[in-house]
Amino acid sequence: MSFLEITSLSARVGPVPILRDVSLNVAAGEVRALVGESGAGKSMIGKAILGTLPGAIHITGGEIRLDGQDLLALRPAERRRVIGQTAALIPQDPLTALNPVRRIGPQITRRLVDILGWSKRDAEARALELLAEVHIPDPKRVMQSYPHELSGGMRQRVLIASAFAAEPKLIIADEPTTALDVTVQKQILRLIKEMQQRHNTALLFVTHDLGVVAKICQKLTVLFGGMVLEEASVEAFFAAPQHAYSRALLAATPKYTDPDQSLTPVPQSILDDLQAQLDFAERTTT
Amino acid sequence: MLITLFGVAVIVFFVIRVVPGNPIAMMLPPGAGEEDIARLKALYGFDKSLPEQFVIWVAGVLQGDFGTSISTRQPVLSLVLGRLPATIELAVMALVIAIVIGSVLALTGTRHRGTRTEGAIDVTNGMALSVPDFLWGLLLILLFGVLWPVFHISGRVSPALDLPFATNFYLFESVLRLRFDIWLDLVSHMFMPALALAIPLAAIIAQLLKQSLKETMHLDYVTLARTHGYGENRVITREALPNAILPTLTLVGVQFTFLIGGTVIIERLFSYEGLGNMAIDAVINRDLPLIQGIVILFALMFTLVNLIVDLTYALLNPRLRHG
Ligand SMILES: Nc1ncnc2c1ncn2[C@@H]1O[C@H](COP(=O)(O)OP(=O)(O)OP(=O)(O)O)[C@@H](O)[C@H]1O
Ligand SMILES: [Mg+2]
Repeated sequence: MSFLEITSLSARVGPVPILRDVSLNVAAGEVRALVGESGAGKSMIGKAILGTLPGAIHITGGEIRLDGQDLLALRPAERRRVIGQTAALIPQDPLTALNPVRRIGPQITRRLVDILGWSKRDAEARALELLAEVHIPDPKRVMQSYPHELSGGMRQRVLIASAFAAEPKLIIADEPTTALDVTVQKQILRLIKEMQQRHNTALLFVTHDLGVVAKICQKLTVLFGGMVLEEASVEAFFAAPQHAYSRALLAATPKYTDPDQSLTPVPQSILDDLQAQLDFAERTTT
Repeated sequence: MLITLFGVAVIVFFVIRVVPGNPIAMMLPPGAGEEDIARLKALYGFDKSLPEQFVIWVAGVLQGDFGTSISTRQPVLSLVLGRLPATIELAVMALVIAIVIGSVLALTGTRHRGTRTEGAIDVTNGMALSVPDFLWGLLLILLFGVLWPVFHISGRVSPALDLPFATNFYLFESVLRLRFDIWLDLVSHMFMPALALAIPLAAIIAQLLKQSLKETMHLDYVTLARTHGYGENRVITREALPNAILPTLTLVGVQFTFLIGGTVIIERLFSYEGLGNMAIDAVINRDLPLIQGIVILFALMFTLVNLIVDLTYALLNPRLRHG
């Protein structure tokens, strides 16, 4: 049984479908990439799992099981508790994801105390340990700092430490490096992979960078227009992508060996085909 | 800050001397002789030229001498300081009421954003804002003084009470001396005028804070706190509120100075023995030194409020605290 099991999840904003019949599993300790172009619904899947969908978006069908528990069937307070205990988010933009008026220390320790019932001293010891794990040079000082006193890379390290603090079984990372300097991006990616392996956490990694997928993921799900187009192991995908759209996506990805090579964008004909497919699905379901 | 005060001093000094009305004439019985008038003028310094009078007055003020009140013949400073505590207590009470009501409305509106509750709060705010404080005062007098008399609507304290106080901060001192009977009487007198002053400010706080909270609720760190397992109430009060207060604070500071200005009419309306009430008497009597003293004191209060707001802002905002 997978740790995260999403079955036939659909979501809409008004009449407009955002997610269509999405099924997706992440096994314990597995790293799955969620790829697709902008607007495909990648972030919405993450938000649906964590219970942070925008108010306008309603789940219209399907199941989300976390550790076997059907999240959508739980009462809100219970659902929040389960999510807080078993899952965590590494956010996209470290500059806006820390509370500007609060010191770093409490931002890591508070929920350990409030939600998981740790003692304050244990939580602090744990935070120091984690800050050292994410290679922050002076954990004591950083605990006392305010977010604006740290660089973007440092803040993302803090957020990674915080995500791992409660030993979650699943971490959702939504484009965790796109807001960072190119030089820092690689370090942070390496760090996420390192932490994931050390803690043997399942990871759902949202990105549109297939180059990154090849480096750190085992499985991959391709999303288009809120619909799963293809799902495969990373080796199988890079060897022979099944869907025409996936092949085009792969062709549109710069090779690390030769970043300057001219890229072919996804051909319009494939996009038109897919759109027709979505429209058809829409007509048959409504 | 000193420049502001000096500017106020210049303006008030010359403006009240341009406005018609002769303080000396009002002091004398009808038919007083020329020399009597001249003698009195000399006594109060009105025989000198305006610039000379100004210099004499400013020189006195700098040494803590605000002159002598014409209508009461007592030193302006002691008169004004005697009344100041009453006004400070009233204004602070109004501020506390406004903050409590405003915050509760803002938090409730944020908790139930997009629902009818929020709509009702918006309508209430709009109504509270479209009526000025003195009309609220009249309404409160009608409602709770006349139709359903549960509060005192006149004076600061019941005259029958024996006041054992050393200062004029009655409310404050009654707590220190554990005289809760007097405290209750004071509050019962103060509550209506304070509420009248507080209602418009409460509406402003409710509106600004709610707006600011709603914007903050969309930010990433609030969403992140949700994924940690915190419920809506905790997220609002502990993540959003400390940030949402900041932009509200500055505007509330400005509005509070308006509230202090509002005490002038409200104190009159409720016959509350404060500085504002004294100001109106001073104007009626053309008591120029007293008017000057009161205006300077009000200006001083305004600048102090602004200073306190700036300091509080810096205290609540770590980005300013750490340079
Ligand atoms: N608050 C919202 N209300 C209504 N629709 C929304 C809202 N937020 C996003 N959407 C829509 O949901 C769809 C999926 O958005 P989502 O953010 O999941 O895309 P994404 O795949 O994460 O894209 P990106 O790579 O740009 O982050 C988009 O079509 C978007 O327009
Ligand atoms: Mg996204």
